Amino acid sequence: MKFSELWLRTLVNPALDSAALSHLLTMAGLEVEALDPVAADFSGVVVGQVLSVAPHPDADRLRVCQVEAGTGNPLQIVCGAPNVAEGVRVPCALIGASLPGFEIRKAKLRGIESQGMLCSARELGLTEEADGLLLLPDDAPVGKNIRDYLHLDDKLYTLKLTPNRSDCLSVVGVAREVAALTGSPLSLPRIVPATVTGSLARRVQVTAKQGCPRYCGRVISQLNRAARTPAWMIERLSRSGLRSISPVVDITNYVLLELGQPLHAFDLGKLAGDIQVRMAAAGETLTLLNDQRATLEADMLVIADDNGVQALAGIMGGAATAVDENTSEIFLEAAYFNPDAIAGRARRLGLSTDSSHRFERGVDYAATRNALERATALILEICGGAAGAITEVSGDLPQRAPVVLRSARASKVLGVTLSDARVEELLGRLSLNFQREGAVYRVTPPSYRFDLNIEEDLIEELARLYDYDNIVAQAPVARLSMLPQPEHQRGVDALRTLLTARDYQEVITYSFVDAAWEADFAPGAQPVTLKNPIASQMGVMRSTLLGGLMDVLRNNLNRRQDRVRIFESGRCYLPAVEGFDQPQRLAGLVYGDAMSEQWGSAARNVDFFDVKADIEALYSPQRARFEKSVHPALHPGQCAEIWLDDVHAGWLGSLHPRLSQQYDLATAPVLFELSLQTLLGRMLPKHGEISRFQSARRDLAVIVDESIPVQTLIDAMYAARVEGIAEIALFDVYRGKGIDSDKKSLAFRVLLQDTQKTFTDTEVDAVMAIFTDLLKQKFNAQLRS
Amino acid sequence: MQNFDHIVAEALAKFAAVNQVVELEQAKARYLGKSGLLTEQLKQLGKLPAAERPAAGNLINLAKERIQQALEARRIALAQAQLDSKLAAETLDVTLPGRGLGTGGLHPVTRTLSRIQALFASIGFEVAEGPEIETDFYNFTALNIPENHPARAMHDTFYVDDKHLLRTHTSPVQIHYLQTNKPPVKIIAPGRVYRCDSDVTHTPMFHQVEGLWVDEEVSFAALKGVLADFMQRFFERDDLKVRFRPSFFPFTEPSAEMDIACVMCGGDGCRVCSHTGWLEVLGCGMVHPNVLGHVHVDSEKYLGFAFGMGVERLAMLRYGVDDLRLFFANDLRFLKQFN
Repeated sequence: MKFSELWLRTLVNPALDSAALSHLLTMAGLEVEALDPVAADFSGVVVGQVLSVAPHPDADRLRVCQVEAGTGNPLQIVCGAPNVAEGVRVPCALIGASLPGFEIRKAKLRGIESQGMLCSARELGLTEEADGLLLLPDDAPVGKNIRDYLHLDDKLYTLKLTPNRSDCLSVVGVAREVAALTGSPLSLPRIVPATVTGSLARRVQVTAKQGCPRYCGRVISQLNRAARTPAWMIERLSRSGLRSISPVVDITNYVLLELGQPLHAFDLGKLAGDIQVRMAAAGETLTLLNDQRATLEADMLVIADDNGVQALAGIMGGAATAVDENTSEIFLEAAYFNPDAIAGRARRLGLSTDSSHRFERGVDYAATRNALERATALILEICGGAAGAITEVSGDLPQRAPVVLRSARASKVLGVTLSDARVEELLGRLSLNFQREGAVYRVTPPSYRFDLNIEEDLIEELARLYDYDNIVAQAPVARLSMLPQPEHQRGVDALRTLLTARDYQEVITYSFVDAAWEADFAPGAQPVTLKNPIASQMGVMRSTLLGGLMDVLRNNLNRRQDRVRIFESGRCYLPAVEGFDQPQRLAGLVYGDAMSEQWGSAARNVDFFDVKADIEALYSPQRARFEKSVHPALHPGQCAEIWLDDVHAGWLGSLHPRLSQQYDLATAPVLFELSLQTLLGRMLPKHGEISRFQSARRDLAVIVDESIPVQTLIDAMYAARVEGIAEIALFDVYRGKGIDSDKKSLAFRVLLQDTQKTFTDTEVDAVMAIFTDLLKQKFNAQLRS
Repeated sequence: MQNFDHIVAEALAKFAAVNQVVELEQAKARYLGKSGLLTEQLKQLGKLPAAERPAAGNLINLAKERIQQALEARRIALAQAQLDSKLAAETLDVTLPGRGLGTGGLHPVTRTLSRIQALFASIGFEVAEGPEIETDFYNFTALNIPENHPARAMHDTFYVDDKHLLRTHTSPVQIHYLQTNKPPVKIIAPGRVYRCDSDVTHTPMFHQVEGLWVDEEVSFAALKGVLADFMQRFFERDDLKVRFRPSFFPFTEPSAEMDIACVMCGGDGCRVCSHTGWLEVLGCGMVHPNVLGHVHVDSEKYLGFAFGMGVERLAMLRYGVDDLRLFFANDLRFLKQFN
């Protein structure tokens, strides 16, 4: 909503300067988004008339003009504008004038004295561009200060209105609000019904009564086709951001801005038969005023005649019945369309018009006829003509049921003490009619307020007028109780801290990704697709975090960051039988040197086991199991599926060489992705007895086939459930001299511990014999001598 | 009477000449060993007349003592020299950098979220979460935004299908939480939200923290108090000015926008605050009775306030980040500034 301050002040004129008025509106919820001067700051410019134009003796493009500027004697002014001509009236900057960026002094231009300057609109800061002098009307009073003549001491207000305040989508509406806020008197335009002198009329049939509770229209004939929109109206329209088009269109726009009632003028000669207000038939088409061809849906309200749809009700008229320079008879429409019948339709057609913007939010249903009369009066005044009788079809108009308001409730909600007297004063300033019944007010909202339906709506109004700033902030008072601290759970923060301590950098990537990433890192998944992605490479919801991490890797490699250790925690999105699964995951990527380049360690690339240690640390003290497995994005020989207590927890592996090549990587990053759920559980610690007896350690070195995973040997030994076993752990792997090439030597540490005794050598020997036999039988393991 | 001075002198010279403990012990043997020079002299004592023996013996012992003292002194000196050379050999350049892995860091958005959560936790707000692919009901309808309401146009929504969308705010968490928890309720809901909008000042994904307090005695004045307190703690500025302006959100009434005095210019006006001196940082209000109605909370008995803030915006103001898009470019050079 954009308007001129001078216009507003013709309706309400509080003793506040522009800055104070702007602040008042902002603090009342009508946010002033911009407050701009109409023109630049300048002085000393008057209306001048060019008396004569003569060529400059020494410059082809300059002229020497004699200008009457009301200063007594004509001024000699050198001018280079192409449109300077004898007789024109233009802004003339006198000697001593101050213009944006410079001052006018007596000067010689190519040897000829110039006693001022003729100005363009750009030079006065009215427009960004100009291609010549600003030509003024022929009746512009010579010598008059141009600021006064063009009303340039004006400011443009741009309001950012919230959708509930449709009543302020007009200058009258804003004036009403200013009057309520300041107590200044409101003087509304006087509207007198036109004398009916025309005999023409159109019949109106409203079949869509729900969508159109009131339709008014009248024929105005014998319009003067030569009429021009008056300058004052063009000025107000342009200061509200509207271009002048033709007198009739300008007047409908003017009334829309002034009163907030959208109007539409049809060229009567192009209408066939009765006006019909009905719902569109699905598939009907209409070429709109902006030449857009709209295909209509069954829930769209239209204005039609015998030839079909002629306008989208409350949104935009059709091209076929538009007024043009040959129009001499119009059918002027003013209607109340239900917000529900308009809302969303314009957006569906890719439109947003001043009209739909207002009807969607609510237009004063009691002022329809008034607005039609206002427009009629202006048309008769400007274009002449004869007004026919108004045809009105009314149905079930909205009702304003009284809303209950209690002072005590308002005080409680706001946290201030509002006396009945104060409440009544505030309601009065808002012109809200009320009746008091005991402790209850019954408040009847006016027809222009669509946002006052329940008690809270009224409490908000009271608070606005009371001023939010006057509500004193209070420290809250509440019953204290401690927050739960579940010890068997930890937060994702703990995991983040652990990873950052291990040299990982956290990243946050978009939840929507390129479908190609999904194909690379989660082939076979059916990613959730967005219907309206912002870009095609952000078209699907990620089913894995790996794609985003790979993208971050590539971007950083491009920025010459050659060691990348990153992680992200967040949701993935998977279609489910009902709705969607949105599991939280923690994923990481490590690329480049295992450690940053340093003096004490030979450089080497990070590998699977570096990252495996990080994952073990994440799960510690729980132990995740790593099983050889296959993941389409990971190296088939360097890929582990991770399990925690028989629950699949995630994956770890080096990137598949095929993808390393495809993504142009010199070495393979190591990636992991874990279910966050499996990482958050913790066991509550429980004390057990600590043995006073010495533990016994024996080492067991065996040679087995290369293909046998270490874990299976350890599992088998634990599975034998030998009493007293405290730990079985691998401490060495050897391949090479003395071992066949398809074999490996594994050395295990076996710790025996009992709380009641020290193991004797014989007992330990017996245990080791069990393991030796077991490994020999199950895995053909040879004891290494 | 034989004089042993020359033997002593020779021994002392020998000891001084050796540099190794082994050599010193070998040298010792020549004088004090089983067949050392002085030992031999002692063995010869018996051959002397009885009257001369005591004096001769005395002389030998004196010489022996002198040699032994010299030997001991040399032993200590050699041990010290050995220790000195070991220490010298083991001396490090302590200015060399430490070895091993460095440390990483958190994303600035996470850092900011943690800060917000910690401040609200200090007055008893719990963290609640909800899904990001939401239904139309939770994201809009239950929050008093019916179909075709103009407010829906304010949320440029990403749709997944006819019923599902990416949540445009974390406010739906209120609904989920109130469906399973009875008042009093005091939660914040941090998380990702999505709007179909991308330019210099908008990213299609960003983070919000929604807050909700429902209890019997909660007021707009308390809402102002809590939020002013929060902003002052967040920016660590006890004198930070705040103001509340009437606004409109379908799910609160009365509604307000909260501004803080510009933290960049102190309220004088600068590019960041568009020369207004104020920064819009948060939307808030008293929970609309229709919202409480959707979750069967008696709005006559219980009042609530709710607020929602943009995490990236607060991070930008707190850390002086001037381009929103940096948060999701994940340039390590940018991220490491926050470690």
